[in-house]
Amino acid sequence: MNRLERHFQQARASNRKSLVVYLCAGDPDLAATERLVPALAEAGADVIELGVPFSDPLADGPTIQRAAERALRSGTTLSGILDLVARLRRQGCEVPLALMGYMNPIVRMGPEPFVARAAEVGVDGFIVPDLPLEEAGALGDAAAAKGLSLVLLAAPTTPPERLRAIGERTRGFLYFVSITGVTGARAALPADLPARLDAVRAASRAPVAVGFGISTPEQARALAEHADAVVVGSALVAEIARSGGRGEGPVELVRSLAEAVHSVRAS
Amino acid sequence: MSTPDQEAGRFGKYGGRYVPETLIPALDELARAWAEARVDPAYRAEVAADLRDWAGRPTPLTFAARLTDSFGGAEVWLKREDLLHTGAHKVNNTVGQVRLALRMGKRRVIAETGAGQHGVATAASCARLGIPCEVFMGAEDVRRQAPNVQRMQLFGATVRPVESGSRTLKDAMNEAIRDWVTHVETTFYVIGSVAGPHPYPSMVRDLQRVIGEEARAQWTERLGGLPDAVVACVGGGSNAMGAFSAFLGDPSVRLVAVEAGGEGLGTGKHGASLTAGRFGVLHGSASSVLQTDDGQVAEAHSVSAGLDYPGVGPELAYLRDSGRLDVRTATDDEALAGLIDCCRLEGILPALETAHALARARDVARELGTGKRLLVNLSGRGDKDLLHVLAELERRAPGTRT
Repeated sequence: MNRLERHFQQARASNRKSLVVYLCAGDPDLAATERLVPALAEAGADVIELGVPFSDPLADGPTIQRAAERALRSGTTLSGILDLVARLRRQGCEVPLALMGYMNPIVRMGPEPFVARAAEVGVDGFIVPDLPLEEAGALGDAAAAKGLSLVLLAAPTTPPERLRAIGERTRGFLYFVSITGVTGARAALPADLPARLDAVRAASRAPVAVGFGISTPEQARALAEHADAVVVGSALVAEIARSGGRGEGPVELVRSLAEAVHSVRAS
Repeated sequence: MSTPDQEAGRFGKYGGRYVPETLIPALDELARAWAEARVDPAYRAEVAADLRDWAGRPTPLTFAARLTDSFGGAEVWLKREDLLHTGAHKVNNTVGQVRLALRMGKRRVIAETGAGQHGVATAASCARLGIPCEVFMGAEDVRRQAPNVQRMQLFGATVRPVESGSRTLKDAMNEAIRDWVTHVETTFYVIGSVAGPHPYPSMVRDLQRVIGEEARAQWTERLGGLPDAVVACVGGGSNAMGAFSAFLGDPSVRLVAVEAGGEGLGTGKHGASLTAGRFGVLHGSASSVLQTDDGQVAEAHSVSAGLDYPGVGPELAYLRDSGRLDVRTATDDEALAGLIDCCRLEGILPALETAHALARARDVARELGTGKRLLVNLSGRGDKDLLHVLAELERRAPGTRT
């Protein structure tokens, strides 16, 4: 069992809610990411999504688009990110790590060599926003063969029967997209989101993480009541941009989000 | 509810639906609506009437006598899509998709555009059918193609400049997809080429197929038999698939796809996705994509904005692999020369995109030899390119052309 699946099994057993955070690897450079990952884990992030920058990020809003542009300008590659994970693991960083990125760089490396290399360096799972259920077979099988988790996404537009199929097929957790839209902080989330999340959890054996649009500890706390985990991305990416990849801003943000999420106990 | 028509979304290993989950139910809905509409006599009659009474179909089949003499080989015949309303084949597709949007009860249409031809055709179709239209266009293209921006605005469309990435067509398409993800319940996305997720590649091909079917009927009536070759330019590939699809089952008809060679394949500055692309995923489908070794999508280059795209329709990649396509390239310089030939010898100013097909038609005519006949899909007119062409000619040979 990989670190991601082990984490959620233990969290469930101890009625704990989890904080998942996203940062774009290589923003502004890989050295910054190498400092940030252990610091964010220390600050309370239970799972870290390492964004793989792509030239055409069609599910992302401006904040993460800019982060990807900065990362690509500093020469970040998928191969370089896998090397970074190897270094982090050698340094004793044991936080569950999922790579989040688009399909084309994976296709270029080849799904099987990619998964083999990821397993070797200590990646635990993958989140691929342009890989829906029907296209996920090959990468999902390759991941499963190496004990890694391919996390599938569901959306507010997903009909109930399809939601059950996604819940069956996903590994690690099910990523529920909170809004019909792209990534990025929102002042207000849909009023019916808690009810939707309750329905999603009923349809999925896998733990449910909710993401997209969540930026404040208040939002995170409210949604943790209705999900196993809460994902915060753009707000952290914006904080990293403000701090130039240094300073305490990102760590403080994660600390306050973690306190909010961890204050909620499963009933 | 089963997923409709999923197998039909594959062309061998190409095609598919590589888009965010949010869009999948909308693509299912679109695939169902299209499957019903395409066999519905009422819908077909509406589209045919729009194309006849408003867009100007049928377009003529023109014998190019002086080009034939100049090439010194097979007879050259031109399918005159340049004479269509809004100036290119694009309107065949937009009429069909905007009618489908109305039929589906959508209240808003969005589109992407590069040079602006698809944007203008979509804006005009929306004006005629009374539905609001927003067109995403790279900020760099907005600057380069000001007259088409003004035409879209005159037709009542809102033009949304896109500042992300390379600020060109591929970024406009990313932004259109992002808008669609956000407004998916109310909005119909009119894609302009045989690209994108299923069902777009087959739907746009079917709507453009009128080019090939009409040419085939005209050919049979006037000349008997079939052309020995059909030549078309390929960016995303909609005019080529429209012309080719009526002849796919006729092995005697050579299908010649001409891509943008830009400044030469060796320079890396080109738009030749079939010739130099590698297997990848862009804008929702698997196809042949210009990209770096690390899987970042490369920026294309062409003197013609309409061929300036790093991807290509998945069916074209499949036909290339199967050996059915004869894929060639024409450089910027060759396209400009082809454009001048067509102006001087036929009194027709073709679009710069189309000029790539004319440049290679010379070789095909000579290879076929006298006694044979080839068809060039003259996909668009060059009025939009006039200032750009004059500037390019002046840059190459100062003082000789203007």
